[in-house]
Amino acid sequence: MTEGEAAPPADSDAPEAAAPAALAQWTKSDRQIRREADLRRRARRSTSIATASTIVVATAVVVAVTASPGWPRVQEAFFNPSQFAAAFPDVWRGFLLNVKIFLIAELLILIIGLVVALVRTLRSPVFFPLRAAAVFYTDVFRGIPTILLIYLIGFGIPALELQGAPNDPVTLGIIALVLSYGAYVAEVFRSGIESVHPSQRAAARSLALSHGQTMRYVVVPQAVRRVIPPLLNDFVSLQKDTALVSVLGPLEALRQASIHASSTFNYAPYLCAALLFIALTVPMARLTDHLAARTARRQMAGGHL
Amino acid sequence: MSLLTVEGVWKNYHHHSVLRGIDLEVAPHEVVCLIGASGSGKSTLLRCVNLLETIDDGAIYLDGSDITEVRTDPDDVRRRIGMVFQSYNLFPHMTVLDNVTLAPRKVHKTRPDQAEAEARELLARFGLADKADEYPDRLSGGQQQRVAIVRSLATQPRLLLLDEVTSALDPTLVTEVLAVIRELKDAGMTMIIATHEMGFARDIADTVCFLEGGVLLEHGSPEQIFTTPAHPRTRGFLQRVLDADRL
Ligand SMILES: Nc1ncnc2c1ncn2[C@@H]1O[C@H](COP(=O)(O)OP(=O)(O)OP(=O)(O)O)[C@@H](O)[C@H]1O
Ligand SMILES: [Mg+2]
Repeated sequence: MTEGEAAPPADSDAPEAAAPAALAQWTKSDRQIRREADLRRRARRSTSIATASTIVVATAVVVAVTASPGWPRVQEAFFNPSQFAAAFPDVWRGFLLNVKIFLIAELLILIIGLVVALVRTLRSPVFFPLRAAAVFYTDVFRGIPTILLIYLIGFGIPALELQGAPNDPVTLGIIALVLSYGAYVAEVFRSGIESVHPSQRAAARSLALSHGQTMRYVVVPQAVRRVIPPLLNDFVSLQKDTALVSVLGPLEALRQASIHASSTFNYAPYLCAALLFIALTVPMARLTDHLAARTARRQMAGGHL
Repeated sequence: MSLLTVEGVWKNYHHHSVLRGIDLEVAPHEVVCLIGASGSGKSTLLRCVNLLETIDDGAIYLDGSDITEVRTDPDDVRRRIGMVFQSYNLFPHMTVLDNVTLAPRKVHKTRPDQAEAEARELLARFGLADKADEYPDRLSGGQQQRVAIVRSLATQPRLLLLDEVTSALDPTLVTEVLAVIRELKDAGMTMIIATHEMGFARDIADTVCFLEGGVLLEHGSPEQIFTTPAHPRTRGFLQRVLDADRL
């Protein structure tokens, strides 16, 4: 037995009763009191250093910017409060359209991504055409810049004059975003599926679960848990990219801002749109960090494979 | 009639033969232990019986029908065979109870309440009653392995394949898992057990098979294999095991 470990009380028949008694006997040694005081002092010093350096850097940036020769013009063009206030209601209304585009696209992207990833796991030769189509889709749509795809779909599909084809710019924009991001998300899901250890599949198959059941009950639930942080990351960038749909003309935030900007020759509306996008993405980014940290902690704790 | 017949089974990986014409008969209620050095093909043989691997030659019969025929449905075979792995392979995102009831509910279409009742009864029988609602990562290795055994029993298999189920465990936890296997033998379960625990094999097996380089060199009763092995290579292997134990 190592030194300092309490000997188990031989005559006690309730081992948990011994624990509080052992705690009560412990009084902090002078050494420990000194150590804790040291730690507190050091923590205080780190905080003051961090605060001081932040203040110095921020002041330097503000001074450098406001002292620059062009600052009065920039201030007038971007930080004009009355222009900002005048544009805000329209930009806000436009921004709600961005949020709507984002929410609809996100849902469809998750579905498409998961379906494509699952199709790529099918091994039977019967499914070869499906599998080939899935590979083709991810290869092609990950390769096309999103803005280009928005142009192609937004102007290409209406030009075909097909019966029943959508020609509303919001719908077309959503289709383009879904096709583009779906290809990325499919790859994220696929990497998650492949990260589940083959022994999990062997265990499921040995219980006579079919391929589909193995995927549904064993592999996909584990895969999804693992890919939540990278998925959220993709969605942060999708939130911004909803602004790309503005090239098709719907009155979303960026479009509203540029309408205001071009009528007043003032850029404060753009700043207004930018702040709204930041307000949406920052919480999402923090949530991503939090989930990633939690996943890392879980994996450190051992347990899972 | 034998429950399982393995007839001239070959298995190759990349032009390298891992099983070289294995013949084996397992009678109902018989316990067969597979012993042999690491890499001799014990796991591969078990995986072939469970159709997790496709064999390259020979045939395997379960209850008299050829399960290696092209037309057999592997899931139908696996419904009758249980398998327990060295690394437990419990599903980490499910509770112990869900691990155990998954196959009865989804494969055997047992009613959920009935599946749960049966699972709780089995868990209780193996001293795991209070662990039903825990997640696997909250259990010790021995408890996880016992859950894995219970999971494979929940579908009432005709044959249980156990692949070195104690080799990932602390010596102190080995006994609790071996006790479970002994209880299964007493209940009449037919088992094929790949193991490095010679004492256990000697104690529990009806037949011991010695594999080397993918060949079933010798099989016989535990007394015969452990006291008067016929093949010099079996003797050599047992001697090495004895020497290792003495260290
Ligand atoms: N998927 C695979 N691909 C290639 N070779 C393999 C594969 N699986 C097993 N082998 C080879 O087959 C041989 C037998 O392996 P097997 O796992 O059956 O041995 P074992 O007797 O179970 O050994 P151990 O006691 O270490 O578990 C080994 O040489 C191994 O390298
Ligand atoms: Mg093995």
